[in-house]
Amino acid sequence: MFRRRRSSDDFAEEIKAHLELEADELKHEGLSDDEARRKARVEFGNVPAAQERFYLKSRIVWLDNLARDLKYAIRQLVKNPGFAATAILVLALGIGASVAIFAFVDAALIKPLPYAAPSRLVNLFESNQTGPRFHLSYLDYLDWKKLNHVFSSMAEYEQNDFMLNTPTGTQQANGARVSDGFFRTLGVNPALGRDFYDGEDIKSSSGTVLLSYAAWQKRFGGRPDVVGQTVTLNGTLASVIGVLPRNFHFAPAGPAEFWLTINPSSACNKNRSCNNSFGVGRLKDGISAAAADAEMKAVAQQLQKQYPESNRTRGGLAVPLTDVITGDIRPILLVLLCGAGMLLLIATVNVASLLLVRSESRKREIAVRGALGATPGRLIRQFMAEGLLLATSGSVLGIASAYGAIQILLKLLPAERLADMPYLSGIGLNARVALFACVISLAAGLLFSLTPMLRLSLVTVRQGLAEGGRTGAGVVWRRFGANLVVIELATAMMLLVAAGLLGKSFYRLLHVDMGLQPENLAMLEVWGPASIYAKDPQKVEMERQVLARLASLPGVKSVAVSSDLPVGDGDGINEVGIVGKPNLGSYNEVNEREVGSAYFTTLQAQLLHGRYFTEADDASRPRVTIINETFAKRYFPGENPLGSRINFGAVNTALEIVGVVDDIKEGPLDIATRPAMYVPFSQNPDNSFFLIVRTSQDPRLLLAAMESSIHEADQEIVAYNGVTMTDHVRDSPAAYLHRSSAWLVGSFAAMALLLGVVGLYGVIAYSVSQRTREIGIRMALGAQRRAVHQMVLREAGWLATAGIAVGAVCSLAAATLLRGLLFGIHPWDLPTLGGVAAILGVSALMASYIPARRAATLDPVEALRTE
Amino acid sequence: MPSRQNADDRIALLQGTLDLLILKILVLGPCHGQGVARLIQRQSEEVFLVDHGSLYLSLQRLEDKRWISAKWGVSENNRKARFYSLTAKGREQLAEKTTEWERLTRAMGLILGSSTGPGVEEA
Repeated sequence: MFRRRRSSDDFAEEIKAHLELEADELKHEGLSDDEARRKARVEFGNVPAAQERFYLKSRIVWLDNLARDLKYAIRQLVKNPGFAATAILVLALGIGASVAIFAFVDAALIKPLPYAAPSRLVNLFESNQTGPRFHLSYLDYLDWKKLNHVFSSMAEYEQNDFMLNTPTGTQQANGARVSDGFFRTLGVNPALGRDFYDGEDIKSSSGTVLLSYAAWQKRFGGRPDVVGQTVTLNGTLASVIGVLPRNFHFAPAGPAEFWLTINPSSACNKNRSCNNSFGVGRLKDGISAAAADAEMKAVAQQLQKQYPESNRTRGGLAVPLTDVITGDIRPILLVLLCGAGMLLLIATVNVASLLLVRSESRKREIAVRGALGATPGRLIRQFMAEGLLLATSGSVLGIASAYGAIQILLKLLPAERLADMPYLSGIGLNARVALFACVISLAAGLLFSLTPMLRLSLVTVRQGLAEGGRTGAGVVWRRFGANLVVIELATAMMLLVAAGLLGKSFYRLLHVDMGLQPENLAMLEVWGPASIYAKDPQKVEMERQVLARLASLPGVKSVAVSSDLPVGDGDGINEVGIVGKPNLGSYNEVNEREVGSAYFTTLQAQLLHGRYFTEADDASRPRVTIINETFAKRYFPGENPLGSRINFGAVNTALEIVGVVDDIKEGPLDIATRPAMYVPFSQNPDNSFFLIVRTSQDPRLLLAAMESSIHEADQEIVAYNGVTMTDHVRDSPAAYLHRSSAWLVGSFAAMALLLGVVGLYGVIAYSVSQRTREIGIRMALGAQRRAVHQMVLREAGWLATAGIAVGAVCSLAAATLLRGLLFGIHPWDLPTLGGVAAILGVSALMASYIPARRAATLDPVEALRTE
Repeated sequence: MPSRQNADDRIALLQGTLDLLILKILVLGPCHGQGVARLIQRQSEEVFLVDHGSLYLSLQRLEDKRWISAKWGVSENNRKARFYSLTAKGREQLAEKTTEWERLTRAMGLILGSSTGPGVEEA
């Protein structure tokens, strides 16, 4: 079908041959040589016409023209590399930002969750006095399931970490326990093997396990014969019955690798006040989530009456599952998408304005081409080719940078946070994102091809040669452009100020006094099976064993145990009372930590009064405690706390205060340190604890050695979640929130600044091109070059000043709104404001320098002639 | 100068008939474009006027349809020329088009040859 097209040359050759053959024949008939040639030609008729007909027949004309238009457009862009680079870069920025953010929106909000009809699923919570979204107990779940009329099926799940036996020792693994119908309620079928059957939770109680796809790949090498194999979880054998689909995820249960059935006969599941699971329900047809919520509240009320002891404060709550999974991120993403959209709009308008400047200088060229016979349609197609070429190059670059931006944005999220958002794992440039990119690129291309057409309407083409003066449209554009630039600069200022404030508070946050030396600290979580380490002496023995192992590692200076890590979530709260003081009422919540004797020295905390714990402070000795400075200040103002005694929690004997340490940040960085009390680990031991290790070298290099040396001590002991203190601090929620918002706002600010500067350049350059004649006259009448230079700069200066002024006001307002996010810095931080204004001023000056120079170096004669 | 004499008596070819004539000429054997033009003119006793531009487009079209094939060669008087020859498909088409044409001319002849119109019976 598609054979090689015959060339025009070949055709011409054939016609030449024809003419020669004809001439031969005519000569044969008796004509002279010349006569024969002439006659052959006459006989043939119009040779070029025949060739043209052949040419036209053999190709699609418009495609041919398009190719020529594109070639011309490329030449035009190459001829003006400055313009082309600016336009393409600005556009790439706008498109890149929008596409990147859209990819996140797509992954989180548009792509349906991997369940059947996900909109018909609700998550079930129990509310209590503290808040609305708390766990429900297994017995409540059973009653909810029995009493409701709104769900076609209902199931429960609980997040559960397991200790997995592997050939290299026991490891911690993420898991979940679910009721028998959990996957059927979600409408998920295993990719391999079978689902739990009805009643399997009651019958088998953790004898069977479903693997996540990732666990199958990672731990079983994706072998198809995995079904029927066994794994040992928490010391119990379970046989693998299936593998979940690759795309399956269920964020509320964490990144679970092993899915077991719940154990209805566990102590907690027999106790109505032991709340440890959530429910998930599929709505019956025609029932709304709101109706289900009302029903669950009524059911909960019924249970309140039935079981006042355990359920007096317990309500019900049903929330659409999608809201539970992606609800937190939705407003952030939508705000970002709006921001990116605005950026894109400004970028395209800017490029359009640059195009306008250029079309102004090409007026003559267009007019000449029109006069030489280019039809309006042909000229319009030429502009469209240029516009589309710009849009396409910008888009390609933009989409490539979007790909990079997505990776960077993902890096902003610590691994832990990312595990909470499994739907982001499917992020990428898929069909929907590609469609979005195409649509915005096409829209941009259309805008670019329309802009010069508006200016160079047919009238102008005709007037172009005679050069009628300024048109109304030009003035309108200048006003519109000027206003736009003011808005752009103001936006840039606002974002820069916000970024500056966030950056500063991030810096302050990282340099907040933590009461410890974070460098060269490694941390590890350790867990020993409760069956082996059951009694307190055994737990202490385990601690000793582990500490001795680690202390012998080269590079380790000191090791300590702790029940919690510094810079944690600030949990681990106890109510205290002070012997000899009146009841503290509700003002009695303090952080409580069990720590080893080397804890404070390992952290290099400051002892203010008294003494540290010693090895001797064990179960056989009187109970002691060390308090922090905040504790001392709050409960012992102006007194010496040493020797005072504290009552707390379940411990019956009062604890004697033996020391006061400088505050250590136990909670989040951005929250004032709470009163804290430390008790010796040996007096209150546990079979799971944290290890804090002071090293003499990069602690990251020691993590693996630490884990393996603990394994060597006892195969059954699990060491996991190894992290350095600096990483731990950097990835703590407060730091990550500040870091990511500083980065996000910062990159938006940088883009806004660039756009504002390009916009300013566009408007000033346009204005200069429009005023060429006026400038020529001024110069002819004796105006100095410097005066012209200043005149242009003044125009730019006015715009910049207006932008900065509006921006300053907006910044103050924005900063006030940001107040909650800021740390250790006043929202109206004058150095930031001044610095940003200076940056903007200098950038604006640079942007207007080029057109000002062009105006000043105009040759008046030339200027008057061209106009 | 025979062609000149009859110039005014020539008639332009009917749309679509040129293809048929080319096929017919090529039945005799491979021939180049100029030869085809000459032969058509000669065999129609100089009645048909062949527009050379149309002829070459026609040849190209037939070649595209693979009814004829083309090859560069050398003419009797040692000139380079593009020779066209009929393909099997072209032969089939020639037979088909010829029958078609005969039916058409017969029908035309019936109408134009009879002095009475078809509506006479009704009167």
